[in-house]
Amino acid sequence: MTEATSGLTKKDFTSDREVRWCPGCGDYAILSTVQSLLAEVGARPETTVFVSGIGCSSRFPYYMDTYGFHSIHGRAPAVATGLAIARPDLDVWVITGDGDGLSIGGNHLVHALRRNVNLKVLLFNNEIYGLTKGQYSPTSPIGSVHKSTPMGSIDRPLNPVSLALGAEATFVARSIDADRAHLSEVLTAAYAHRGAAFVEIYQNCVVFNDDAFIAVTGKEERVVNQIRLRHGEPIVFGPGGERAVVAQGDGSLAIVPTGEAGDRVIVHDAHLPEPTTAFALSRLAPSPTGPTPIGVFRSVAAPVYDDLLREQVETARARTPADLGALLASGNVWDVTD
Amino acid sequence: MSGTTVERTRVTLHNAVVRFAGDSGDGMQLTGDRFTAESALAGNDLATLPDYPAEIRAPAGTLAGVSSFQLHFSDQDVHTPGDQPDVLVAMNPAALKKHLKDLKPGGTLIVNSDAFTDRNLQKAGYEGNPLEGDVLTDLQVHEVPLTSLTLRALEEPIASGGIGKKDAERSKNMFALGLVSWMFSRSIDATEAWLRAKFGARQALADANVAALKAGWYYGETTEAFVFTYEVPAARLAPGRYRNITGNQAIAYGLVAASVRAGLPLFYGSYPITPASDILHELAKLKHFGVATFQAEDEIAAIGSTIGAAFGGALAVTASSGPGIALKTEAMGLAMMTELPVVIIDVQRGGPSTGLPTKTEQSDLFQAVLGRNGEAPIPVIAASSPGDAFDAALEAARIALTYRTPVVLLSDGYLANSAEPWRLPDVDDLPDLADAFTFATEPNGPDGTFLPYLRDPETLARPWALPGTPGLQHRIGGLEKEPDTGSISYDGDNHHAMTVLRHERLARIGRALPPLEVDDPSGSADVLVVGWGSTEGPLRAACTELRERGRAVARVHLRHLAPLHPDLDDLVRRYRVVVCPENNMGQLSMLLRARTLVDVQPYNRVSGQPFSSAELVAAIESFAGSTA
Repeated sequence: MTEATSGLTKKDFTSDREVRWCPGCGDYAILSTVQSLLAEVGARPETTVFVSGIGCSSRFPYYMDTYGFHSIHGRAPAVATGLAIARPDLDVWVITGDGDGLSIGGNHLVHALRRNVNLKVLLFNNEIYGLTKGQYSPTSPIGSVHKSTPMGSIDRPLNPVSLALGAEATFVARSIDADRAHLSEVLTAAYAHRGAAFVEIYQNCVVFNDDAFIAVTGKEERVVNQIRLRHGEPIVFGPGGERAVVAQGDGSLAIVPTGEAGDRVIVHDAHLPEPTTAFALSRLAPSPTGPTPIGVFRSVAAPVYDDLLREQVETARARTPADLGALLASGNVWDVTD
Repeated sequence: MSGTTVERTRVTLHNAVVRFAGDSGDGMQLTGDRFTAESALAGNDLATLPDYPAEIRAPAGTLAGVSSFQLHFSDQDVHTPGDQPDVLVAMNPAALKKHLKDLKPGGTLIVNSDAFTDRNLQKAGYEGNPLEGDVLTDLQVHEVPLTSLTLRALEEPIASGGIGKKDAERSKNMFALGLVSWMFSRSIDATEAWLRAKFGARQALADANVAALKAGWYYGETTEAFVFTYEVPAARLAPGRYRNITGNQAIAYGLVAASVRAGLPLFYGSYPITPASDILHELAKLKHFGVATFQAEDEIAAIGSTIGAAFGGALAVTASSGPGIALKTEAMGLAMMTELPVVIIDVQRGGPSTGLPTKTEQSDLFQAVLGRNGEAPIPVIAASSPGDAFDAALEAARIALTYRTPVVLLSDGYLANSAEPWRLPDVDDLPDLADAFTFATEPNGPDGTFLPYLRDPETLARPWALPGTPGLQHRIGGLEKEPDTGSISYDGDNHHAMTVLRHERLARIGRALPPLEVDDPSGSADVLVVGWGSTEGPLRAACTELRERGRAVARVHLRHLAPLHPDLDDLVRRYRVVVCPENNMGQLSMLLRARTLVDVQPYNRVSGQPFSSAELVAAIESFAGSTA
């Protein structure tokens, strides 16, 4: 949809609150893209709800002129699940970060995804705890030196896309804060998906972890390292398409010169029922330090938890009248007279 | 039933206490439930006390695996499940060992003599066979080979392959039920119908259980061992239609009633935990009332989803027991800060930590009233009997909806599982909760703005503005807010003022309550007994007995624990002695002392069992002293 058909503009989704992220924070670019995008796709401010947890990214709802819920650390998917069950008429977005969504709230994220609740989950990954001023996070690479890891982190990091695919999320994608066109395209697809849509967004923290994603965002590096996934197209990348992704005998994927790949080049199919190949794609770059896929890894139609729940309620309603008096008098009853 | 062959004396009793005890695989809870249903249909007032191990199947034959069910039934008002059983049915040595000490002197003991094998005796820790010694001489002992009699009754279907020997043996609890039903002149027709409905298409199992039930009845009728049968006439209950109800069932029905009367869909988010899970099971069956049940991944998600549903305009409820409430604590603070109507039910059990999962306790009062970070005043109410839990659920919903606040409803393991006859309310007489709230539809601020924290001057409730309402977009969260706009504020003076305001909102709930009812028939008592929750039955019975003995005592039982009723200050000062018995180590006593500076006397026990009325009579007397 376009602005002309919805009649709304970015301004209609922008609240009067002063935005208070650090100057240069990647969150600004994401906010701006989302505000424009909602107008473009024809969303309505009154039927849009942003639910967040705790962290820098979780301030997001305050800046949207929609309904918003800034909940507690890690619990946004739970709050959003209750809202989505109660209200099928709403677009419910979850804004979370790598600490909020993968550490303290990892359980809720996994369950919201595997249930396929109708939520759009945007995980701002900056590989750092920013609000608490710079501790390593569940996505920080091994060896990263931060305030709580002066000798280098010894935690193996999580790959958010791998985790989401492991939970069999029905829509899984990755994009980049400052790449407005790509982010907009990915979020438009997420918005159109019925069910749980998970989008990891590489988000630069200028203060505590600047340039963590330089390998895929730097002017020169991105041309070399971004593997842009497009459904139905062979997975080749590099300035002249000189590298390609091929399958190996052990089920994993590998990067080879396109010239050597021949017809072994993988053609990206986001609609495969099994998440196996998408998972293998996510393992090409456990951390974004070299060639890294971005775009939609997986997009499949599947029954949606909250739709099924409401269907059961409707089936029960159609079958049995809601008679409170009859309920109270169910089972063995007896009368006592004077 | 016909064919009486033995001359018998039928003795009429005012009340009787029967306890069924056996291995946790012996079906004692089901047996007790059925005898309860038969007693209710006979018109008795009654109270029950199920008691079972935390392990689903503790090693068979051991003391740890003993499960029991006690029923007190009477032709008068019943307030407790009874102190000492008149009849004990012991299905094995372990059950005998565990429960014999409670049996009334001269009481009736029915044992399954087949189970008294060397191995079972050893497992129960018996050195010799108690049936052979002189331990049981002052009791009326009936050694009944329940297992072999049941097998003999089912010889035919076993021989024809209609039923396996193991299944046949398993119906020995129905033999025991048949026998006890005969002893107390109870009809077994309803149980027969119930068995047929339960087993449905599994005709052979239904037939076997019915055959065992009847065999038990006929055994009583034909054997000469039983020379007395008993009859407990119908109680004079207030006129009306009755059913039996447990506390968990009553809460589920109360929530559905609140949903119907508020015109709001019920959302119930919860995580499995003993003894609260039955509320989830009940509500999951009631989807035709528009009930959405969500079994969450954990306790925090359970309340998180509940808060989300409340934001979306549902009557939103979560429930747990103490350990789960501990996990919900932070989210309860969020519900308080965002001022959303949420009901949080705590079916208390023995604590702390995992504690005694299947036993009752009242030790979460502090957790409910005080257990959050920061100043987080949340209203707390308690149910006092299984049937009362229905009204308590409605009251919790009323407060939540009227004041836009989370409300804690305290029940406990005893209320949850025990049953009593409950007079069905007239649906039209239930509180009209649609009056308690309105959804905001129009801007309420200058220039068409919406002020999500502009308060009702009387209740101090903020507007309930649902997502989907055009023009009322707003953001809420756990951070401190400015008045009216709800904008984030880090100002210290504002935080102080908002904290005071939230306390004031709680206080107003108390000030709007009807006067506190005091039970003092003589009007001359100088002793006041204060209680809350499931101790109501034993306290009522104890006070009745004390009055019969000539001691005037006044009694007050609190529905509202936070805020405490404003009348309490004057009330407790009017008495020479104030006694507060609780199944905790003195939590309400401490709150009352702190609030009133009156030297309230605590009486406390946390043994996992409710108080007996005899124990409370002694306790109250000892505090009251000799001057009446």
